[in-house]
Amino acid sequence: MSSRISRTDVVHVAQLARLALTDDEITELTGQLEAILEHAAQVSALETEGVAPTAHPLPLVNVLRPDEPRPCLDRDEVLGEAPATEGGRFRVPRILGEAP
Amino acid sequence: MTSTAIELATAVRAGERSAREVVDGHLAAIEADDGELHAFNHVMAEEARAAADAVDAAVARGDDPGALAGVPVALKDNLCTRGVPTTCSSRILAGWRPPYSATVVERVIAAGGIPVGKTNLDEFAMGSSTENSAFGPTRNPRDPSRVPGGSSGGSAAAVAAEFAPLALGSDTGGSVRQPASLCGVVGVKPTYGAVSRYGLIAFASSLDQIGPFATTVEDAALLLEIIGGHDPFDSTSIAEPAPRLRDVLDDGVDGLRVGVIEELTDADGVQPDVATAIEDAAKALEKAGAAIERVSLPSATYSLSAYYLIAPAEASSNLARYDGVRYGLRVDGDDAGSMNARTRDAGFGAEVKRRIMLGTYALSAGYYDAYYGQAQRVRTLIIRDFHRAYDSCDVLLSPTAPTTAFELGAKTDDPLAMYLSDVCTIPTNLAGHPAMSVPFGPDGDGLPIGVQVLAPALGEPVMFRAARVIEQAAP
Repeated sequence: MSSRISRTDVVHVAQLARLALTDDEITELTGQLEAILEHAAQVSALETEGVAPTAHPLPLVNVLRPDEPRPCLDRDEVLGEAPATEGGRFRVPRILGEAP
Repeated sequence: MTSTAIELATAVRAGERSAREVVDGHLAAIEADDGELHAFNHVMAEEARAAADAVDAAVARGDDPGALAGVPVALKDNLCTRGVPTTCSSRILAGWRPPYSATVVERVIAAGGIPVGKTNLDEFAMGSSTENSAFGPTRNPRDPSRVPGGSSGGSAAAVAAEFAPLALGSDTGGSVRQPASLCGVVGVKPTYGAVSRYGLIAFASSLDQIGPFATTVEDAALLLEIIGGHDPFDSTSIAEPAPRLRDVLDDGVDGLRVGVIEELTDADGVQPDVATAIEDAAKALEKAGAAIERVSLPSATYSLSAYYLIAPAEASSNLARYDGVRYGLRVDGDDAGSMNARTRDAGFGAEVKRRIMLGTYALSAGYYDAYYGQAQRVRTLIIRDFHRAYDSCDVLLSPTAPTTAFELGAKTDDPLAMYLSDVCTIPTNLAGHPAMSVPFGPDGDGLPIGVQVLAPALGEPVMFRAARVIEQAAP
């Protein structure tokens, strides 16, 4: 696992993470992620053949509850905290690429 | 010596002291000293006085307001409080008022407790010093040139400064225990699933747990009894009632087997005063009838590496919800994608971005198995080591933190050095077990040292018994 993180990697990951990083942030993160990943890669030193991964400390499977109606959050109270709303819904800028 | 939570609640329930007088006294202390310490992001003075008056009215009617009657409680600012700003110390949530309260907050209020404010934290609980707050750092009440630890540094400082006898925090990799250690108070990370997380703003969901801060082991037990137990609103909460802790608190440790964890006590980077304190705490338990042995958790050495893959991976997913659509900050863009990305760059601080990037990388195509998959397998090995240790021991001991409180700014330029502050606390989170920090005397500079007591899943009763003996033997 000798992967060394490049500036191109950082730009790609920032796109995946929906972060509009500045050039300075990209430069700083390239060095920092390299150092942190080098430490994190120590996990590869352990022999784990045949070891099952642990995703969660509790052995819970499909926690169910009775399907009964109950009150939900107040719509106006929730929408009142949103940056922009219209007609009782959240308003967002256009999603598709065509002209508005 | 100020009063414990139990003393205050007893006096208020008996009508000997009014809740209003108790709350006014604590609000005055906050007013006088929090300008320097910055334990609170937001003080709930008006709400606290109104709640205190309601407790006093209940007492006057002859009703019992509950086991926390009139007791001020500080709440970490990642616990939702309906209508009261909840920020996670992030610009991305500045000004947000949640439409509901966390279950733990509801339970504190139902027991007569009085929320007095929202405490500062490392942004989204990511950090070990409370310096990663968008609203400025918290200072350690024992020495304001030093950090209180983190990420629940505001809650630890609030209890240490006597702004409130009780506080709640959250612990993903040590964020209750490490600041408790650095501020000289008691801090508990309960068993994963023992306390509802409904209304706790998620950081790393397979690790996060809410826990109490207090000045005494008994007060911490009381608060855990109140917040613990099953909650239908949290599907990861264990379907059991909260354990009875105060009933067994004075049962002692006679006949218990106690293991001192070699890898965490003898490691490089553990301050000599701290290592000596662990040996002294072990001797105190031995004197009280426990058998002491050394135990080895060989995989624990890899905990930090595994944690810094697992926690950021989960965080990168949990924090995807901050997209400028439903709450908090929005920075406009030409389309939804650029609005999302610009909002997130402006709203998140450096450490949060670092962890989102790290987690996104660890989960991305081509690296998933080598990083995240391998970290999850190492997590299994760490759990096996704990199971072996608990075959021969009832509880384990280690330092809570490798050092006592460090100076502000000492580690802010080196993320990896900061991460090492949590080396002793992280293994417990990976295993899902309980652990707590108990103050055990000052170091050579007069700063508090914390002893960590660890127990197997749902082992809180035996953990508290050992903690009580350590507390009574503390220098």
